Amino acid sequence: MIAILKYSAGNIKSVQNALTRLGYKSIITENPSELLNADKVIFPGVGEASSAIHYLKERGLDKTIISLKQPVLGICLGLHLMCRFSEEGGTKCLGIFDTDVRLFPPVDKIPHMGWNNCLTMKGDLFRDVTVDDDLYYVHSYYAEISSYTVATCDYIIPFSAAMQKGNFYATQFHPEKSAETGEKILKNFLEL
Amino acid sequence: MLKKRIIPCLDIKDGRTVKGVSFINLIDAGDPVELAKAYVKQGADELVFLDITATIENRKALAGLVERIAAEINIPFTVGGGIDTVNDVSILIKAGADKVTVNSSAVRRPKLISEIAGQFGSQCIVVAIDTKLVDDEWIVVVDGGRTITELITINWARRVEELGAGEILLTSMNNDGTKAGFSIDITGEVSRSVNIPVIASGGAGLMEHFRDVFFNTSCSAALAASIFHFGEITIPDLKKYLINEKISIRY
Repeated sequence: MIAILKYSAGNIKSVQNALTRLGYKSIITENPSELLNADKVIFPGVGEASSAIHYLKERGLDKTIISLKQPVLGICLGLHLMCRFSEEGGTKCLGIFDTDVRLFPPVDKIPHMGWNNCLTMKGDLFRDVTVDDDLYYVHSYYAEISSYTVATCDYIIPFSAAMQKGNFYATQFHPEKSAETGEKILKNFLEL
Repeated sequence: MLKKRIIPCLDIKDGRTVKGVSFINLIDAGDPVELAKAYVKQGADELVFLDITATIENRKALAGLVERIAAEINIPFTVGGGIDTVNDVSILIKAGADKVTVNSSAVRRPKLISEIAGQFGSQCIVVAIDTKLVDDEWIVVVDGGRTITELITINWARRVEELGAGEILLTSMNNDGTKAGFSIDITGEVSRSVNIPVIASGGAGLMEHFRDVFFNTSCSAALAASIFHFGEITIPDLKKYLINEKISIRY
């Protein structure tokens, strides 16, 4: 069973719809034991960092997330929340990825919204995907490139399109909204 | 590189697409979901669904339709028409819409924009601005162009950005339906004046019009309805053409 973390963020249903299209059953839950016992956990998100962290901490879900041993996929805000600190609301995050999340400098349109390709990519998530394939982004904050970065994208500056540390995976783009390329990436994660 | 987006717009009335659609090989050309799927297959970058009836009775039906779209469509889509309150937005977002668009209701009560942005995030609120050239000044019009306001378009665009809009859908009523091309001047001026993405709309008739608006303004996307519905321009042909013209496009 795939568990999708339920919290104060939008876009959760979209993730479930995408899994259903791929033929996977999933539950949307904030129950710690359901999360701990799932085969895979997806940590989605569109929303604001400080209120999301507040919501997770209130329910003790912050501790649940960092203790997960199965493959976990953070998406967009989920990626930000898995980092150390986000400039959005000056938020101390979960610290899975020892790197920070910053606001794009206002030299071009913000949010970075639309389809963009990767500059580099490596690892399990990107099997059968190339740097020419576009993925859908919508975000104003980005994770700096670090030793956890497994894919990079460029908008205003190069940033982490995807990160990985052990069983924790995260994407800045929305695989559930990225047409066939996104489906390949989700499938790669689900088949880990 | 970030790509310029091509966005077909589907007008919905009583749960069906209107404006006569002449797509071939569709089981049911009036079904918005079937049409949407065809556009996704052709390579549309996003979709916009506008409920042009937008009465209270239809709201439930619209939410049901949005659920069906969300279940079947793997690209982002925006829903609009008759949104007056945060509660209206909540219903559509819960049904699976990625973004909502507001127009006249935001002009009447600008705070609606900040209320929606506050609850669902700026990325989910597209403010549609209809504009008309009146005595050499681009002015905001509402109620589908019937009512001329006193708002100067540039000022209103800046204001909606301040209020938390994530994107502006700018339609030139002078150009809409003419097939003579997008309005380069107001699209350029609005795109320069705000730091959020602007979608150009109104006037697309030829592939060259898309090139011109992308080449001459910093708009992020271009929207059209009838030329796509009637198959006058297909999305794959348009995208191929724009790539040849050195416009950054997802293909």
